[in-house]
Amino acid sequence: MTRNALNRMSPAISARSGLVGLGVAAIIVVLLLLALTLGDFPVTPAEVIGAVTGRLDGLPRIVVLEWRLPRAAAAVLFGAALAVAGAIFQTVTRNPLASPDIIGLANGSFTGMLVALLALGGSWPLLTAGSLVGGLLAAVAIYLLAYRGGLHGFRFIVVGIGISAMLASVNTWMLLRAELETALFASAWGAGTLNAVTAATAVPAGICIVVLLVLLPPIVPAVRQLDLGDDSASATGVAVGRTRLTAITLAVCLVSVVTAVAGPIAFVALAAPQITRRLTGSPGIPFALSGLVGGALLLCSDLIAQHLIPLTVPVGVVTVVLGGGYLVWLLIHESRRRA
Amino acid sequence: MPYTAWVGTAWVGTAWFRTAWFGIGVVVLVAAVGLSIVVGANPVHPGTVLDTLLGGGTAESRFVVWDQRLPRTAAGLTVGAALGVAGALIQAFTRNPLADPGILGVNAGAAFFVAVGITFLGVTSPSGYVWLACAGALVLTVAVYVIGSAGGPAAGPVRLTVTGVAIGAVFAGLTTGLALTHPDTFDRMRGWSAGSLLERGMDVVLPVLPLVLVGLVLALGAARGLNSIALGPDVARSQGVSVRRIQLVVLAAVTLLAGSATAVAGPLVFVGLVVPHVVRWTLGTDQRGIVLGSLLLGPSLVLLSDVLGRVAVLPSEMPVGIVTAFVGAPVLIALARRRSATAL
Repeated sequence: MTRNALNRMSPAISARSGLVGLGVAAIIVVLLLLALTLGDFPVTPAEVIGAVTGRLDGLPRIVVLEWRLPRAAAAVLFGAALAVAGAIFQTVTRNPLASPDIIGLANGSFTGMLVALLALGGSWPLLTAGSLVGGLLAAVAIYLLAYRGGLHGFRFIVVGIGISAMLASVNTWMLLRAELETALFASAWGAGTLNAVTAATAVPAGICIVVLLVLLPPIVPAVRQLDLGDDSASATGVAVGRTRLTAITLAVCLVSVVTAVAGPIAFVALAAPQITRRLTGSPGIPFALSGLVGGALLLCSDLIAQHLIPLTVPVGVVTVVLGGGYLVWLLIHESRRRA
Repeated sequence: MPYTAWVGTAWVGTAWFRTAWFGIGVVVLVAAVGLSIVVGANPVHPGTVLDTLLGGGTAESRFVVWDQRLPRTAAGLTVGAALGVAGALIQAFTRNPLADPGILGVNAGAAFFVAVGITFLGVTSPSGYVWLACAGALVLTVAVYVIGSAGGPAAGPVRLTVTGVAIGAVFAGLTTGLALTHPDTFDRMRGWSAGSLLERGMDVVLPVLPLVLVGLVLALGAARGLNSIALGPDVARSQGVSVRRIQLVVLAAVTLLAGSATAVAGPLVFVGLVVPHVVRWTLGTDQRGIVLGSLLLGPSLVLLSDVLGRVAVLPSEMPVGIVTAFVGAPVLIALARRRSATAL
């Protein structure tokens, strides 16, 4: 978060945000240690630290650095990317229901993946390309249909919902017509999974995400002004249309990168900003903290999916249950405190 | 002509305009019902259909018309009316144009109960799904209401909306998890969750009909109060409207309507989302008009989509839930582009 944004909050709230940030960061570190330790090949926490700091060689080092680290790091980065994208969407549209899931990106990628799988035979690189192309085509179609002398937040969402609904129908239809085995495989991917993440896919995706995240802070103050409404934002000298377009483009790129590698992981983008807002008690949605919460959420979900559940379930299923459950718990807690 | 131009003209909003709107609405609905009885995968000549309706016809045409198409049309009418009105209520109530009847967890609850029924109880027919879906919808909406309104009406609709989305997500996740780990459940759920009127006979429609009627009465009663709530809870209170009571009535109505519709046909969320928007953008923002207009437009959309689905991919058929998106979404997009978009 930029200093500008921090300054506008009261000292009590920013102190609380700081505490929440430290807490979530600590949780991520613990979860990362767990992720590198747990698995079929036994590695002790001491060996993990040795491998990461470069003081240890041999098989444990390969297991930790080459097998487990890419997936764990990808979980944190992907979760952060999705959460920040969600925070952007919810702030720009001033709607807690707005997330990249809703406006067609997820369904578009799934359509692209299904076409690659069912019509073109589907090796992993082909599926990745299919989902990337599908998601971006959906986004471009929505842009073009929603653009009328500027990008109005509400029209953008409504057009997104329309395109999204049609793509979802196409997906349902393809799944209905496919063989059961194929449909099951496709649905697991469609729920979002980290099973196929390796260093070869995680590293380029991670670099893209970091670059995109670095581009965000300069526009955060202007995006925050949008939260006050277009008129107030214009009055304070914000170029409303350009700011919104830049912010949404950033969010779309973040989500596309994640989806290309891991499939449309649902709900992190919607839940993480809402959870963060409730944890910090801040009136707006804190971007950086949302990213941390999203990273923790996805990593935690992936650990549960890999190690706690006896059956093989995609991480997206766990994310939805865990994120939704935690949000419900926060809501209950919030009402008790108020009463 | 752009909407902003004709909204300013004198005749929009007049009694004449509203009468014309509803007149066209009735004509479209009657045409949709007619098509739904005449058109189908089994080709029966329209003259024979008419003859059969009047008591004549062959044994085959009697079976097709009386046992297949009429019950199916009744199902479409019920589902469409229920979803259209439920969507109008929930959008007005949450003051969120993205809200659909599924927002309160209706679909997630219904789907979860149906999935559990298929996996563990061996339920496999639409008439068995009805009660599971009803129960699931009811249980989850009550949970959403209890948690979401715990802060009192002051907490506002946003809290209820977020609660609905969160609880809905949890159960949708559980349903997906269950389906992905049980291939047989997955196979049946992919059919159910597409949303279809196939084989929905009177044994499926009759049990939920009373629920739908009660829901519709509640909805019409709440419409005037929703006009006040649209101006904000404080204004509503100052006009003597009990926000708490309207809230309860609306939620009861949405649960009954959306729950029944989902029980009959599976989740057809898009109907409840698109119909109120189209009515609002063409008829105006009076909630009484929107509820009545949605009551006409909802069944038209469902029936026309169903007819299209029957003939689009012969010899098989496309579930109505898939077709509604292709019929509804272009209209939604065209209107959203034309309108100098205000949200509600």
